[in-house]
Amino acid sequence: MGVVAHVLAVDPVPARSQMGSSLGFHIILACFGIAFAAVVMIAEWIGIKRGDAAAMLLARRWSRVMAVLVAVGAVSGTVLSYEMGLLWPGLMGRFGAAIGFPFSMEGIFFFLEAIFVGVYLYGWQRLPPWVHWWSGMPIVVFGVLGALAVVAANSWMNSPAGFTLSHGRLTSVDPVSVFFNSSTPYETTHMLLAAYMVTGFLIAGVYAVGLLRGRRDRYHRLGFAIPFTMAGIAAPLQVTMGDIIARYIATNQPVKFAAMEYVSKTTSDVPEWLGGIYFNGHIYFGTSIPSFDSILVGFSPHTRVIGWDTVPASQRPPLVTLIHLSFDLMVGIGMFLLVLAAWQAWWWWFHRRLLVTAWFLVPAALSGVAAVAAMESGWIVTEVGRQPWIVYRILLVSNAVTPSSGVTVTLGVILILYAILTVVSIGVPLVMSHRWRHGTPAEEEAEQVPYGPSPAVAGAPGGPEAS
Amino acid sequence: MSPSPEAIAVAAILFVVIAAYALFGGADFGGGVWDLLAGSTERGRAPRRLIDESITPVWEANHVWLVFILVLLWTAFPPAFAAIMTALFVPLSLSLLGIVLRGVGFAFRHTAERLRMQRFAGAMFAGASLITPFFMGTVVGAVATGQVPVHPHGNILAAWTSGTAILTGFLFVAACAYISAVYLVLEARHRGRADLRRYFALRAAAAGALTGALAGGTFGELSFSAPRLFGRLTGIALPLVAISIAAGMAVLVMLWLGWHDDLALRATAAIAVVTVVWGWGLAQYPYLLGTSLSLSVGSAPTATLVAEFVVTGLAILLVAPAFALLYYLEQRRLLTEAESDADLRMAARLERVRPGQPAVAVAPVGARVTTALVLALLAVRAIRDVFSPGSRR
Ligand code: HDD
Ligand code: HEM
Ligand code: HEM
Repeated sequence: MGVVAHVLAVDPVPARSQMGSSLGFHIILACFGIAFAAVVMIAEWIGIKRGDAAAMLLARRWSRVMAVLVAVGAVSGTVLSYEMGLLWPGLMGRFGAAIGFPFSMEGIFFFLEAIFVGVYLYGWQRLPPWVHWWSGMPIVVFGVLGALAVVAANSWMNSPAGFTLSHGRLTSVDPVSVFFNSSTPYETTHMLLAAYMVTGFLIAGVYAVGLLRGRRDRYHRLGFAIPFTMAGIAAPLQVTMGDIIARYIATNQPVKFAAMEYVSKTTSDVPEWLGGIYFNGHIYFGTSIPSFDSILVGFSPHTRVIGWDTVPASQRPPLVTLIHLSFDLMVGIGMFLLVLAAWQAWWWWFHRRLLVTAWFLVPAALSGVAAVAAMESGWIVTEVGRQPWIVYRILLVSNAVTPSSGVTVTLGVILILYAILTVVSIGVPLVMSHRWRHGTPAEEEAEQVPYGPSPAVAGAPGGPEAS
Repeated sequence: MSPSPEAIAVAAILFVVIAAYALFGGADFGGGVWDLLAGSTERGRAPRRLIDESITPVWEANHVWLVFILVLLWTAFPPAFAAIMTALFVPLSLSLLGIVLRGVGFAFRHTAERLRMQRFAGAMFAGASLITPFFMGTVVGAVATGQVPVHPHGNILAAWTSGTAILTGFLFVAACAYISAVYLVLEARHRGRADLRRYFALRAAAAGALTGALAGGTFGELSFSAPRLFGRLTGIALPLVAISIAAGMAVLVMLWLGWHDDLALRATAAIAVVTVVWGWGLAQYPYLLGTSLSLSVGSAPTATLVAEFVVTGLAILLVAPAFALLYYLEQRRLLTEAESDADLRMAARLERVRPGQPAVAVAPVGARVTTALVLALLAVRAIRDVFSPGSRR
């Protein structure tokens, strides 16, 4: 998606396309880096505590998938670290001393995360059960902290703070204010919730397909219920948070907000546009709710909303249609996921059983893809909406981009490599699951954790219904 | 103006981290080199398995050292970072390519079932292990010889294609192979594999000799291409250089005598690498780039440097023990490789003979080397065409 955004954009187009596509790719794996460990830990906890063979098998298999995704995540993250310099030397040379601090913190947290990933993934065979479980805990904690640090770097680009400039040179830095700039609390919370939603709904989606195909054993039910519950809890929080952020953006980055909501002139009684394409001052194919945008921003139809007429055309973000539609898509999907989670919760509350009708499972199977789409469009709103600034109102993208030739080549190579990486990160788990499904009981037994309960007890895949 | 104590301290930290990456990351890359050279599928099975087992649990953590280097450089010395990233765009991109391919190879060679796929993944892993250290070497060579100006107007081909830089590239590959072979000797000993111990001892000695020769060559080259650096290497940094040479020799002697004492061998090999990195740092002082960007001009405001200090403190407090734990568990063999499906099936006694192991299958040496050479030549030509300044926007 970032790619399309960029090919259409102007000036340092190849560099922006490369940054956008690398980030858009990395962020999906990053979500797994942040939240997958939590899912695995819940399953292993159930497995050990309740002697539940199906949960144990899930934890073990998930952790093998995690190994693949974490490797691809680390690699694509390294690409990003290089790209910050390869593509944006004008940013790093001037502001590296400021934006570098959150990245340094990120470094520590990812270091710790990577170390414990090593311990946890390869410790199944020989570590005692609870020791092994606890060795996974740091992954959960440091994954969250690492994401917090790196998103703080992005927040700083939106709300630069904590430095003084003289003659365009950075003369003093306050690292704490850099890290905790005014956007940090909003962006980090929203992103962490997004990570839990993306991971949870994607995994649940896989098992929803299994359930739809009639594999209704305990293994598939648990495989669905654990991640779905996690993501479902995050969904209402995320929508609430999004609403708060939108109001914050309206005051903190009004021009971005104007692009999100098609506010071309500063007035009161601003309508809320749903959909619609902005072209030559007109909005085609959209529906509008009168005064509703003003109400959302200030709880009254008389609230004045700042439009993009307040800045010269050169300082307005390009592609307002893309920004607006991305925002609508994110909000729409947010609502959809909220309803889905509420539906399951309601059923569970009254029936104490998992809802497994096709009416529910088909959308549930798609929920993961939808969550990814919401997240990607959220980032497009944030990043394209900040244009033409790389550091909001401080540094223009065109002054930050590399003078090196050859970015078109690296862009091409990156796109090819990411196509391969995508095949790997989807293909490998697919191949694994195919083998698991067609495995014989003897094979499955070999897969058991040494300390795990015997698989004969409860319905492992293909086994009799046990719940 | 002399550099502030904070700047000196953070520069010192940077060189400690570079040394750590050279050791840990270098050993992993070297493993790839030996994987590449291990011969046919049949013959190379045992050494490849050993390499695989000893790298798999730790490569990702080792990799983070590189991320740290980048982050420290851009935070503490932003102008130098911007200049290096611009002028050396090409070799840096190529080293990055190696990193990505290596990751891909890793990610799916454990699950690739068919021999052909395994070969492909294994070759990707091994080939990439050559590319990355080589191009990183050329980057270091270019920086050390002062070929990176403070305000480059674009990428500079001549900076990293000088004789010194290319030689440094080869030196890096050889050094990785050397350090890796020494560590693999110890891994073999831990696993009680006398045959593999001898196998890697022999290779460690060969790689050590080659590294020494290349280092000598680079050193000679430096006297022409970077007289200031050479002067300081034979002046103030001479003790470090001397220690490095002595340690390198000592390792060769220890291997020769079959004296495979764990700690001594490991430490001596480490000293040989670490001292040469520090020697470079000392020789370059007080300049970040050539003689044009000094530490005092090129470093970040004091508060940032202090913050980096705090970060380092945190790293020592948190990361060091965790890292020690990882290595402790790995050495105790409490961390076993995540089994491939073939392993599982073996364990279930469904299969007696493996269909060939992940990363164990490779095409014949001749074919691989020829392909690699042809590809390298093509790549160099393509780079020349594409990146030559004439084609700039
Ligand atoms: C699963 C993902 C997901 C879902 C369901 C939502 N969001 Fe979101 N949103 C993100 C994932 C995301 C994100 C990808 O994580 C962003 C990009 C930058 C950030 O910090 O979060 C984001 C950014 C973002 C921004 C821009 C912030 C900025 O520019 O700094 C706004 C205004 C909203 N969101 C608002 C909403 C609203 C009103 C939602 C609900 C109904 C909503 N989001 C649901
Ligand atoms: C901490 C996280 C992030 C940082 C530090 C960051 C940094 C940057 C930088 C430096 C640029 C180039 C300058 C510019 O065009 O403004 C950029 C552009 C961009 N990034 Fe981000 N980014 C982050 C997260 C993301 C994520 C997760 C996405 C996911 C899709 C994303 C999508 C984009 C896009 C689409 C652009 C191009 C915007 C345009 O040119 O119109 N970013 N980002
Ligand atoms: C919103 C944006 C981002 C989030 C939430 C995020 C989060 C993460 C997470 C959770 C991981 C661990 C991956 C795993 O273990 O699977 C990771 C890895 C990494 N990220 Fe990102 N990241 C973001 C953007 C960036 C940017 C902009 C950079 C660099 C400039 C970056 C650099 C890295 C690096 C170097 C790694 C690898 C660390 C390792 O080896 O473990 N990330 N990221």
